[in-house]
Amino acid sequence: MSSSNDQVKQSPRDIVFKARDLAKVYDMGEVKVQALRAVDLELYSGELVVLLGPSGSGKSTLLNILGGLDTATSGRVSYHDKDLTRASDRELTEYRRYYVGFVFQFYNLIPSLTAFENVAAVTEISRDPMKPEDALAVVGLTDRMNHFPAQLSGGEQQRVAIARAVAKNPAVLLCDEPTGALDSKTGIVVLEALERANRELGTTTAVITHNADIAGMADRVIHLSNGSITQVDTNGRKKPARELHW
Amino acid sequence: MRMLNRKLLRDLWAMKGQALAISLVIKSGIAVFVMSLSTLDSLRGTRASYYGDYHFAEAFASLKRAPESIRGRFEEIPGVDHAQTRVLAPANLEVEGFDDPITGRLVSIPDHGQPVLNQLYLRRGRLIEAGRDDEVVVHESFAKAHGLEPGNQVTAIVNGRRKELKIVGIALSPEYVFPIAPGSIIPDFQTFGILWMARTPLEAAYDMEEAFNDIAFALRPDAQLEEVLDRIDGIIERYGGLGAYGRKDQVSHRYLSEEFRQLEQMATIYPVIFLGVAAFLLNVVVTRLVRTEREQVATLKAFGYSNASIGLHYVKFVLAIVGFGVLSGVFSGARFGQGMSAMYMDFYRFPYLDYILQPYVVVTAALVSAAAALAGTIYAVRQAALQPPAEAMRPEPPDKYSVSIVERFGLRRWLAQPTRMIIRNIERQPVKSLLASLGIAMACAILMLGFFFGDMVMLMMRIQFGFVQRDDMTVTFVEPTSYRVLHALESLPGVVHGEAFRSVPVRLRSEHHDYRTVIQGVQQGGDLNRVLDVDLQAIEMPPAGILLTDFLAGLLKVKPGDTITVEVLEGQRPIREVTVAGLVQQFIGLSAYMDIDVLNRLMREGRAVSGAYLASDSLLEPAIYSALKEAPRVAAVSVREKVLRNFHETMAEQLLTFAFFITLFAGTIAFGVVYNSARIALSERSRELASLRVLGFTRGEISFILLGELAVLTFAAIPMGYLIGGVFCRYIATALETDLFRFPFVIQPSTYSFAATVVLASSLISALAVRRKLDALDLVAVLKTNE
Repeated sequence: MSSSNDQVKQSPRDIVFKARDLAKVYDMGEVKVQALRAVDLELYSGELVVLLGPSGSGKSTLLNILGGLDTATSGRVSYHDKDLTRASDRELTEYRRYYVGFVFQFYNLIPSLTAFENVAAVTEISRDPMKPEDALAVVGLTDRMNHFPAQLSGGEQQRVAIARAVAKNPAVLLCDEPTGALDSKTGIVVLEALERANRELGTTTAVITHNADIAGMADRVIHLSNGSITQVDTNGRKKPARELHW
Repeated sequence: MRMLNRKLLRDLWAMKGQALAISLVIKSGIAVFVMSLSTLDSLRGTRASYYGDYHFAEAFASLKRAPESIRGRFEEIPGVDHAQTRVLAPANLEVEGFDDPITGRLVSIPDHGQPVLNQLYLRRGRLIEAGRDDEVVVHESFAKAHGLEPGNQVTAIVNGRRKELKIVGIALSPEYVFPIAPGSIIPDFQTFGILWMARTPLEAAYDMEEAFNDIAFALRPDAQLEEVLDRIDGIIERYGGLGAYGRKDQVSHRYLSEEFRQLEQMATIYPVIFLGVAAFLLNVVVTRLVRTEREQVATLKAFGYSNASIGLHYVKFVLAIVGFGVLSGVFSGARFGQGMSAMYMDFYRFPYLDYILQPYVVVTAALVSAAAALAGTIYAVRQAALQPPAEAMRPEPPDKYSVSIVERFGLRRWLAQPTRMIIRNIERQPVKSLLASLGIAMACAILMLGFFFGDMVMLMMRIQFGFVQRDDMTVTFVEPTSYRVLHALESLPGVVHGEAFRSVPVRLRSEHHDYRTVIQGVQQGGDLNRVLDVDLQAIEMPPAGILLTDFLAGLLKVKPGDTITVEVLEGQRPIREVTVAGLVQQFIGLSAYMDIDVLNRLMREGRAVSGAYLASDSLLEPAIYSALKEAPRVAAVSVREKVLRNFHETMAEQLLTFAFFITLFAGTIAFGVVYNSARIALSERSRELASLRVLGFTRGEISFILLGELAVLTFAAIPMGYLIGGVFCRYIATALETDLFRFPFVIQPSTYSFAATVVLASSLISALAVRRKLDALDLVAVLKTNE
């Protein structure tokens, strides 16, 4: 975690997220699970970061806290100068609504709405969103717009989820194992969609994965293990998603 | 929010079966509510406007005979607005093609035009033409029962003289909304008829020239009824007055009021129970339903939808279901209400029906349903929304299962793994299991509410006509007659045995409580009409004192040993203090009983009788009828078989029609509840069950786990339902007690088994539907998606 100081020197860009001494304990019925312990972290505007770690390393927890889906047990995290740890439910809702796009491992599409409608469900409540059809075009699904989730393959569903996330023109895009439920070929198509959104829209993107091969496409790779950040790498050359394979 | 609305419609469509089942529950609750209350409002409204429009009198008095010249004295009484004198003549009637004895009452109307009070509503034909002495207007109930039309003939035997009468009109009167023969409890439209005749010819026929024997009064709004009645009594006493009385004691009005009171009880208790049960079930079902949407709630939250807008979404969702239920409930409630009202119309003779569906009925129904549904929805949405979305999207943490109590009792090794799962699942969520079971129990309970009515009616009939009224025929005389007439009756061919009775109209008083009824003087050792004690054992008449029906004792607030005041309303009108010797059970009417000789002594009269009970040879009954028909002193003959049939066709029919509707709606509720319980259980557990299928469990085995749980909950629900149903039934039986009828409380095994059968059949159908869904479980899809 000493590397974070180097980062600031290397990249004098805006800090989007800043976390200090973040900890999270889950009360799972009879057992307590320490999901995060003393995490310090910064994410910078426009970068694509991969959070890498085995399952149970705390990466999803970290992402959820950054996205305002969950609250930390202790420590602080802020988005620009907004303190997320002290935000009310209403403030978090507003934060998610206007600034954050989510992509989940299991897509979480609304089964009763078509691809187009799933995207529209989010654009309806956003400020200055893209048109749903444009967002679907970014992920290459223009021709599947009127299909229901059940009529789409896993990869297509995940691309709808990405379209839904980027359609509101979010400041940050948070992706939890976006390729976790997909085969590698489909996974790469999905990653290309993410890469394109990051490049063309300049959206700060955090992708969590346990797949080390995906780390190649990141600006920075943050390694997590057992609830702590163990290492942060900066990629000299980002690999295009299409060159990845696993 | 457009997309959310679209989601709403699609979700509704996707679960249309379940939504429909929930709607049916609400619909049934509301339908019973609307049906009962609108029927009651309509009958009340109709009665009020009918009484007003046709000038129903407010006080009445009967006497033996008084000269018309005293009429003016009544109108001098402060409070009396109008006094209308009349002649009322009992008659025996003959209609061609009908051999049974018919008794009738001839009522005088002015020689020309309508009376001022108790006006006739002419259904067909016309009123009597001035100067005609052979024309009559016939009450519609009698005309209908015999298919009589204007132009037909009817023969009346008045004072032993036969008179051929021509029917010129068919009419109704506010005075005879409930046309009932004197002394009987159950109307018989065939054997009792009301005929209106012009005053002059009726005076001539009944030897009442320039005289009257009945008066009806219209009162001023500020009249003091009791004072007016006392003043009237003061005038008529010397003319053989039988006691003036207000509208509340007028036979038709009183029966109507009692019937309305009973209907009112039904119209309050049933809807409250039904709507209450429907609301409870709605709450349980909706809570569980919304809970299964946990993950979608979290997803919407993750995208920045506020709790309020998500809440609103589910509120709309539930209101759509409720709204459909309310609408269709109001619609079918109004339709059944009209049907019920029409049935009552047929029974009570109103000329028209003002069907009234008051807005408050609809609004109350809608508000109660909506409140119950919204409470459940908001609770469930709140629970889902309170969690951070990240947590809500994760599969719920494994619940804290433990080894069940049953297993701890050492049965563990005897139970296969699926059985253990069933038991542990029920035990882990005792509240949820209890509520699910309670829902089914409620359905079982309301199923009993309609059916047990039949049980009570049947038992009442068995007791009344098996243990109490055992005579084949009851003969009533025009006025008290010598005991010797009994021997004359017994000597008629076909009469096997006769027992005399004396009935005396009285007002019983104890402190400020009073009740107008008759004292039945019963022959010692009689077998044809027995009096039962509160344990339904036949008892002998005590040598002194009076026996009171227990319900009557309750009204007068007296107990055995107390003294009551008996004010006799005929003859010398003596007033006596009498000791209450004991309490008796009586299901029909509210009489008091005395030994006939004791009663005769109290009346200071010789051995007088009012009538006789006869046991007869059924083959010779027609001969007995014709002999009695010609006997001038015989006022009425009622035949057991006809009374029984009439009871079935009138009272029983009303009650059982209501019970039928109730049962219909209860059955719908039962099915709706059971089906929903099964469907929700399926959606809650499909992932778990699919995982088991992946592990190699067969369809049968996973069905066993889910349906086994449903079976356990259903079987537990039935006895619970019996208990709740028993409480409801007992409450209803008590609440329906009126002066006219009380029911022996009983629930027959057939009612219990009917309730259980409907619940079990609903469970079976639901189980089959769920089983089909289980067979179609998409294993891969279930494992892929996150809950």
